[in-house]
Amino acid sequence: MSTAAPGARAATTSASILDRRSGRGRGKRRASFWTWFWLVLAALYFLVPLFSTLLFSLDTGVHQHGLKWYGKTFSDPQFWQTLELSFKIALETVIIGLALMVPTVYWIHLRLPQLRPAMDIISILPFVVPPVALVVGLSGAFQVMPWLLSNWWLILPLVYVILALPFTYRSLDAGMRAIDVRTLTEAAQSCGAPAWKTLLFVILPNIRTAMLGGAFLTLAIVMGEYTISSLLLFNTFAVYVYYIGNTQAYQASALAIISFALTWGAMMALFVLSRGRGRAGGVGQGAPVGR
Amino acid sequence: MTDEVVSQQSNDDLMALETGAPVLTPEQVSRPRRSRRGRRGLLVWIPVIPFFAYTAFFMAVPVVVLIVKTFQAPGGGFTLDQVKALFSGQYRAAFVASIQVSVTSALIGTVFGLFVAYAAVHGRGPRWIQPVLTTFCGVASNFAGIPLAFAFVATLGSTGVVTLLLDHAGLDIYAHGFTLYSLIGLSLVYVYFQLPLMILVIAPSLEGLRKEWREAAENLGATQRQYWWHIGLPVLLPSLAGALVLLFGNAFSAYATPYALTGGGISLVPILIGSVLSGNVVITNPRLGDSLAFGMIVIVGITVLLYSLLQRRSAKWLR
Amino acid sequence: MATLDLQGVRKVFGATVALEELSLSIASGELVSLLGPSGCGKTTALRIVAGFEAPTAGQLLVDGEDFVGVPASKRNMGMVFQAYSLFPNMTARQNVEFGMRMRKIARDKCRARAEELLGLVGLAERVSNYPHELSGGQQQRVALARALAIEPAILLLDEPLSALDAKVRVDLRQQIRSVQTRLGITTLYVTHDQEEALSISDRIAVMSDGNLEQIGAPADIYRSPRTEFVANFVGLMNGFEGTLRAPDTVVIGAGDRPIRVNEAVGVAVGDKVLVLIRPESVQLEELADGASAPEGVIEAKVLMHTFLGSVTRVSLSSDLGGLVADVPSLRALTMPPDTRVAVRVDPVGVRMLKR
Repeated sequence: MSTAAPGARAATTSASILDRRSGRGRGKRRASFWTWFWLVLAALYFLVPLFSTLLFSLDTGVHQHGLKWYGKTFSDPQFWQTLELSFKIALETVIIGLALMVPTVYWIHLRLPQLRPAMDIISILPFVVPPVALVVGLSGAFQVMPWLLSNWWLILPLVYVILALPFTYRSLDAGMRAIDVRTLTEAAQSCGAPAWKTLLFVILPNIRTAMLGGAFLTLAIVMGEYTISSLLLFNTFAVYVYYIGNTQAYQASALAIISFALTWGAMMALFVLSRGRGRAGGVGQGAPVGR
Repeated sequence: MTDEVVSQQSNDDLMALETGAPVLTPEQVSRPRRSRRGRRGLLVWIPVIPFFAYTAFFMAVPVVVLIVKTFQAPGGGFTLDQVKALFSGQYRAAFVASIQVSVTSALIGTVFGLFVAYAAVHGRGPRWIQPVLTTFCGVASNFAGIPLAFAFVATLGSTGVVTLLLDHAGLDIYAHGFTLYSLIGLSLVYVYFQLPLMILVIAPSLEGLRKEWREAAENLGATQRQYWWHIGLPVLLPSLAGALVLLFGNAFSAYATPYALTGGGISLVPILIGSVLSGNVVITNPRLGDSLAFGMIVIVGITVLLYSLLQRRSAKWLR
Repeated sequence: MATLDLQGVRKVFGATVALEELSLSIASGELVSLLGPSGCGKTTALRIVAGFEAPTAGQLLVDGEDFVGVPASKRNMGMVFQAYSLFPNMTARQNVEFGMRMRKIARDKCRARAEELLGLVGLAERVSNYPHELSGGQQQRVALARALAIEPAILLLDEPLSALDAKVRVDLRQQIRSVQTRLGITTLYVTHDQEEALSISDRIAVMSDGNLEQIGAPADIYRSPRTEFVANFVGLMNGFEGTLRAPDTVVIGAGDRPIRVNEAVGVAVGDKVLVLIRPESVQLEELADGASAPEGVIEAKVLMHTFLGSVTRVSLSSDLGGLVADVPSLRALTMPPDTRVAVRVDPVGVRMLKR
C-alpha cells in the first residue's frame, strides 16, 4: 500500500476513507478533485464577467484594442464631478456615522449592556427596510414635514448612515469587545480622567482599526449606492455610471472596471487593516447594498 | 452633570456592576438610596438618546408614514383597499415575478455557495484559499448594482463575449430564446451577489462542523454518505434554511441591478415602486406606491425574522 | 478480545518525524497508556491504530492480521475522543445506538443495548438528553458507552479526560478502568497526565519526541526509570551527578558524601552516573542550633514549603545543590523555612542511570 504522498500536510483533518478493495489511492485524492472543481467553477463564474467587461472596455474598434475608453472617462468632467460628490457624501456619512456610533457603542459597552440585544435588532433593521421602500417613506415624510427640504444637501449622508449602520455597528462592537472597554475606562478614571477625555485619548486610539474598517465599508457602500441617490435625484457617481451605460456601452464597461477597482481597493485596505491588528471588523460582512 | 459627578458615579456604578453590591462612601450612606438610583437611572440613558432619536427619525418615521398612508382612505379613516389591490393585476404579477426571481437565485446561490464554501473550508486545499475567497466575496457582494449589470451585458448580452464564444462554438443561445432580460437571465445575474453572501454566511457554520463528528461516525462504521445524512446535513439544516431565507430577502430587495439591466422595463416590485417615485406612468394608481413598499417591507421583514430565528437555532449545535 | 501489535511503526509528516519506529505489544484485555508531553507522537500512534492516519512504514497487527490499509470504518475499534465528539443533533441514546444502526442491528436490540450501556456508565436517567444539556463528564461517559456499543475488539481513548475538571477527572478515570476490567477489553489510552496513567494502567509506555522511552508496569516506571526523561516526567525527582565508588555506595559531587544504594543495576564501579532520588525517599531531621551534621550526612537548609495536603514538599538547599523532600505535613510543621536539617537518603529509593 503506498505511503504518504510527498508533501503531505501535517496534522491533516478528517480521515481519508481508504478503500482497500477498490485499489484506488487515498480518499484524499478523491476529495481534492471536487474541492478544486467547485473552487474553479466559482472562480470562473466570478472572473468571466469581469474579464468580459475588461475586454469590452479595451475594444476600440474592429480588432483594435486600446485605452481609449478609459481616456474618455478620465477626461470627462462629469466623471470627476460625480466621483467627487460621491466621495464627499461618503466622507460626510463616515463622519456623521462615527460621531453618532462611537460614543453610543462605547456607552452601551460601559454602562448599558442590557441594550445589546436591542442594538442587535436595530442593526438588522436597515436590511428589513429596503432602500426603495425607505425612499417612499421618506418622500411621504417630506410631504408631511416640508421643512426637511431646507436641509436637502444633508439628506443623503443622513440616510446613508442608516444604510451603513449594520456594518459600522458590528465593526465598532467587535472592536470594543476586543479591547475590554471597562477595564481601560476604569484604569483611565483611576488616573483622574473624566469620561470624555477617556473616550478621546484612551478608547479611540485603540479602536482605530474598527473605525477604519467601518469607514471603508461605508465608503464602498456609498460609492456604489444607486437606488436612493437616483430616486432622490442626486447626481452621484453611480447615477453617472448608469447614465453612461444608457448612452455608451463601451465607456460603461470602462466605468464598470473602474468601479470594481475602487471597491477592490477599499476591500484590500480593509483586509490589510484587519490582518494587521487582528479581526476588528471583518471583511465583507453581510448583505450587499445598492443592488 | 459635572465631570466629577460623572466619574464618581461611574466609579460606583462600575464597581456595583462588577461586584453586584453597591459600594457606598461614608457621605453616600447618609443619602437615601432611592434618590441615588433615581439619578443614576435617568442620567445613564442620556448619551444614547442621540442615536435612538436618529434611527427613530430616519427609519421609524418613514416606515410609520408608509404604514399610515397604506391604510388611509382618501377622505381619512381606515381602509384595506390599497392592500387588497396588491393581490390583483399588475401588482400581483410583480409580486409573483419578484418571488420567482428571488426563489430561483436564492436556491442557486444556496446550493452553489454551499459546495464552494465547503470546498474552501473542509476541502484540504492550500491554506490561502479561504482568506482569498472571503475577501473576494466581500468585494463581489459590493460590486452589485449598475456595474454588475454592465458586466453581465458585456458577458452574456447579445454581443457579449461569452455569447459570441458560444456562437462560434456552434451554440446560439439567443436563438434558443435566452435573453439576459428575462427572469432566468436576471436570476443568473443575481447569483453574482447571492453567491458571495451565501459563502460568507455559511462558512462559519461549516467551520462549526467538528472534525470529531466525522471521525467518530467513521469509527462507528458510517460511510461518508451516512455521515452527511444522519449528522452533517441535520446539523447544518437551520443554517442552510436561514441562509436560503436571507438570500431570498436579499434578492427581493434588489433595485439597482434589475433597473440597470432592463431600464426599468421589467415588472418587479422594487421597479414598480421606483417608477411611482419617478413619476413614470406605469402604475395607474400612484397611491399604491406606498402599499407596494409596505408589502415589500412585510415580506423582507418576515425573511429577516425567520433568518434570525434560524440563526439562533443553529448556534445551539454549531458553537 | 484482541491483541494489538505495533511493529516498527513510523510516521512522517512532510519534514517532521512524528513517530520513529514504534514497536509495542498489547495483550488481550490489557490497558496500556501512552504517556508523554504534547508533540511526543502518542496521539499520532493512536490515530494510526484507529485508521485515521496511515503509517509511513511499519505494521499494525490486530490478532495477527495486518490492518494497515483497512478503512477506519471497518476496523471494529471503539474510540473515545478528547471532546466534542457526540453528535449534537442526537440524544444520548441515539448517539450510543449510532454504531449499531450502522451495522444494521434490529431497532429494539439497539435500544436495549444502548440503555444497558448508559446504565453501566451511570447515565440511566439521561438517555433522552442532548449533548448540550449534559456536562463535560457526562458527555464523555456517553462517548464511552457509544464506543462500547459496537462490541469493539479494541478500545481507544484519546486524552478523554483532559477537557474536564480535576474532580470529575478522578472519578471518571476510575469508572473507565472498572468498565474496562469488567468487559476485559484490550485498551490503548493516550494521556499527558502521569497521575492518570499511573492509577489506571496495566502498563505504561512513556514517549518523547516520537520515541518510546520505556514501557512497564506503573510501579516499575515510577521506581525504576530507565532514562532521564522518564525520571523527570513521571513524578518528581532529585537528580545529582555522581560516581559509583563501590557496589553499594555512590558518591555525589566533589567526593565526600557517600550515599548507600541497594543495588547497582547496569552500572559498574567507577562509572559516572546520574543519581536519582525520589522526594519521598529523602528523610529530614532537624539539627539543634549550633549542632552540625554527623560525618557523611548531608546538611541542608529549608527554603520553603509547598503544602500539598497530607504531604508537604520541602525545598532545601545544600552544598550539593537544591533538593526536594516530601514530608508528612504534620512533621513538616516542625521545620519551617530557615531550619537547618540533616538529610538522609533511604537506599531503597535511589536509582542510578549511567552517564
